[in-house]
Amino acid sequence: MPNNINLEALEKTAETLRETVIKMLLEAKSGHTAGSLGTADIFTALYFHILNIDPKNPTDPTRDIFVLSNGHICPILYATLAERGYFDKSLLWKLRKINSPLQGHPKYNELPGIENSSGSLGQGFSQALGMALAAKINKQSNRVYVMTGDGELEEGQIWEGAMFAPNKKLDNLTWIIDRNNIQIDGQTEDVMPLENLRNKLESFNWFVVEIDGHNFEEIINSCRMAKSVAQRPTAIIAHTIPGKGVDFMEYKFEWHGKPPNKDQALKAIKSLRSLQGKIKSEYD
Amino acid sequence: MLNPKLHLNEEIFLKDVELKSTRQGFGDALVEFGKDPRIIALTCDLTESLKLDKFAKAYPERFIEVGIAEQNMAGIATGLALSGKIPFSCTHANFQPSQNWAQLRLSVCFSNANVKLIGSHSGLSNGPDGGAALSLEDIALVRVLPNMTVLNPIDYWQTQKAVEMAIKHVGPVYIRVSKEETPIITSADTPFEIGKAQVLVEGEALTLAATGPIVYEALQAAKELKAKHHIEVEVLAFPTIKPMDEETLINSVKKTGKIITIEEHQKYGGFGSAVAEILAENLPTPQKIMAVQDTFGESGSYQELKDKYGLSSQHIVIETLKFLEKVNSK
Repeated sequence: MPNNINLEALEKTAETLRETVIKMLLEAKSGHTAGSLGTADIFTALYFHILNIDPKNPTDPTRDIFVLSNGHICPILYATLAERGYFDKSLLWKLRKINSPLQGHPKYNELPGIENSSGSLGQGFSQALGMALAAKINKQSNRVYVMTGDGELEEGQIWEGAMFAPNKKLDNLTWIIDRNNIQIDGQTEDVMPLENLRNKLESFNWFVVEIDGHNFEEIINSCRMAKSVAQRPTAIIAHTIPGKGVDFMEYKFEWHGKPPNKDQALKAIKSLRSLQGKIKSEYD
Repeated sequence: MLNPKLHLNEEIFLKDVELKSTRQGFGDALVEFGKDPRIIALTCDLTESLKLDKFAKAYPERFIEVGIAEQNMAGIATGLALSGKIPFSCTHANFQPSQNWAQLRLSVCFSNANVKLIGSHSGLSNGPDGGAALSLEDIALVRVLPNMTVLNPIDYWQTQKAVEMAIKHVGPVYIRVSKEETPIITSADTPFEIGKAQVLVEGEALTLAATGPIVYEALQAAKELKAKHHIEVEVLAFPTIKPMDEETLINSVKKTGKIITIEEHQKYGGFGSAVAEILAENLPTPQKIMAVQDTFGESGSYQELKDKYGLSSQHIVIETLKFLEKVNSK
């Protein structure tokens, strides 16, 4: 991870990714908009600053590994991987189409850079634990990052894993929770309250940080801090705005699993272009 | 009577035939092949039950206690496999595949991850624990999954070979093992290959095809049918349920024209169903499926349950005679 953060470049990349996501979903005619836009800044920070990766050597055993457990937000993963050079951008328009490696939920081995299959919530999380464990057994120094949604925490498997990681002292694991407060049926706190989430995770012996998931400095610094935590894993509760960047989508759970139509896509892109310079200031 | 090419246990028909459990065969094999540093054993609070205590002692850094969390275990095993390890995810067959089937489907099989799954205390072998603990649905649950190989070895020695071959095989493998001490049928010299059935006894009258330790009951039945009724049946052992050895199966029924399948499993979706699927497409053949008849089990000793649910050698003899009469009268 480089020391100096090039905020301007990161902001520009995040904007490009958001625009790509809107175009991909318009082309695909189905898919998950809100989480893809809401996590664009985290994906940008990970793939353009934090992760030690080489797109030309995607299976390098010393690489950092990013596991997406909430696989339904894969439009942002695909857009990010293409932007980072893992595969040709022209593939992005084949999202959810027949005979395409860009499956509606990610499939392992279909595309370079995809580390796991996902689409049934909770499962990627345990796989990340296995990868972190393998790195420990091999005495490797690379890190494993796993992202889950927040509604995903309603799955029992998450809590099986949440007990396991501190027990096995997996301090090479960073868990990023996309805390956007929405799920398909509504607000998480209405459907199945997760709060007090920080206390829950701390009582499981995780090192917990809460950040603004749209502030690059906070995303990067929290991941850097996680590297210095010994003997236990780190959970980053990243507070994000679902649909971030498109005014008529922000905070709306109705956009969890819906793509924009053509008019909405045009409006969305206009809205995104007015974002410039606003990302970092969100938290200030 | 026994096929001489297979080097089977010559004392198989003695009253004091040697007994050893297939779960012990698994535990012993894992210690032997555990020298391979890629091998990791995981369990959900069932170390001694799965005969993993020796492995845990020999390779503590590669033994992972997951606690009572089968879904997490399957996921962790997948992560280890995707990192180049050969994990063995081990628990009772009524917890894996049933408690973590979704994980076997998406994490393990959809990614074709190199995970080995052990389901112990299978079939009727966990008798005294009662219907809740009997695993009579596991074959159906794993058989339906693409990329999955399903093994159900017939005795202690064959389980050792199954473990060895599962390690060599790249991809998910489910190995079904038994709690009960069951007769030694094969020897260390008996050949074993994934996907190959074995003709234990040659005969013309009818094919008895069985899987797992219940093969012993089929052998006993074949012996009695020959001695008391002068009927020579062919006995096939299917230690691999998927992919099934279609060639051996079809060649046998070409000769005999009728088949009885025997398994410690529900009638629907298990080994008999797998045989029926192949024969229906290739050589429609009159078939009787001897299995648990769409009902849950109950407490009792292994032998009592085999008797009550109609899977002991006496039942096989009676069913064979009835089936022969029925088919021959048509």
